[in-house]
Amino acid sequence: MGEHAHPTGTAWIWKIFWLLLAITAVEVALGIVKPEFLMVQFAGTSLLNVIFIGLTLVKAAYIVMYFMHLKFEETFLQWTIYLPVLILIPYLTFILIAEGAQIYAA
Amino acid sequence: MRAEYGKLMMWFFLISDALTFSGFLTAYGFMRFKFEQSWPVAEAVFTHFPGVEGDQPLLYVALMTFILIMSSVTMVLAVNAGHEKKQGAVAWWMLATIVGGAIFLGSQAWEWYHFIQGDKGAIELADTRILKVADADGHVVSFSQMVHGEAGHASNHDEEFNQSDVFAAFKANPNWKLIEPGKAGAVYEHAEAMALLGQGADIVQGANMHRNEYGHKLFANFFFFITGFHGFHVFSGVVFNFILFYNVLLGTYERRNHYGMVEKIGLYWHFVDLVWVFVFTFFYLV
Repeated sequence: MGEHAHPTGTAWIWKIFWLLLAITAVEVALGIVKPEFLMVQFAGTSLLNVIFIGLTLVKAAYIVMYFMHLKFEETFLQWTIYLPVLILIPYLTFILIAEGAQIYAA
Repeated sequence: MRAEYGKLMMWFFLISDALTFSGFLTAYGFMRFKFEQSWPVAEAVFTHFPGVEGDQPLLYVALMTFILIMSSVTMVLAVNAGHEKKQGAVAWWMLATIVGGAIFLGSQAWEWYHFIQGDKGAIELADTRILKVADADGHVVSFSQMVHGEAGHASNHDEEFNQSDVFAAFKANPNWKLIEPGKAGAVYEHAEAMALLGQGADIVQGANMHRNEYGHKLFANFFFFITGFHGFHVFSGVVFNFILFYNVLLGTYERRNHYGMVEKIGLYWHFVDLVWVFVFTFFYLV
């Protein structure tokens, strides 16, 4: 199949598991405590929300690359999957945020 | 490009599904932005944890997230065992994945039940806006507390209140006010609130597609639709996983001499986990 170096054993799986669990725990802790210094305005929302979205994207990347194995597929296949999603979803988000600002002002 | 046909098609399906879910979630963000004042704050809505009294924001949904991540891990372990052609191990890990998925579905049913049942109750004005009753410090007061006093808070949430009891209790306590549920929502002090009630108002308990006690109508609509659509994905995944499990036991993939099917359904199962990661963030955290 000519796959990229494929991890063997199960230790790597548990490593990703602990990582995902740790990120979720940090998110929940931040969500419960809501530290005052993170509530400042940033990029149109609170800094805390930006941190939540950032952590979510990190989790998503680990799930796709390791659990869904995309990191170890053919480079061509990787980009066939990544490109439509990485172009279309930010595009959709951008349009709706821009339009949302308009409709909110109206 | 040396990718197996079935796997490639599964990936293409998942791309289209990812776009569908991103359409839902951006639409959610769009409407939430528009109705910010009346959009409920999630931690004021999902506050129950089985067997624990009082408000426990985020804990239950954190547990659901943990269950789904865990079942994703057992799925990777099943795929991994498949690569090593260990039939028994694949069967056990598939079984664990099915159990994880079933627990998640049960948890979701529990959460829907409490969401539909309602918690503190709210007042719907003639212009369909939803307002919460709050005490002098701004803490939300439940119908149960209003009608039965402080002792009422720990009682069950099944009681149906009638409008005249709730309004009479509100009228009798000049410290109480009405507040909009959203961040930076409007606050109506007692006299102003009484005037609003005089224009015709109703009480709301729980949630349905027409109105809900938590805030703007669309909040419940999006909640039912997005978590319902995701839950249906989980349900389908559990069915697929069961068919896989059954075939592993029959030795179908041993005869085929590869466990490619476990890998393909595994992709779907991880995707369901992936979507939940986003639903968790945009529905419960942000």
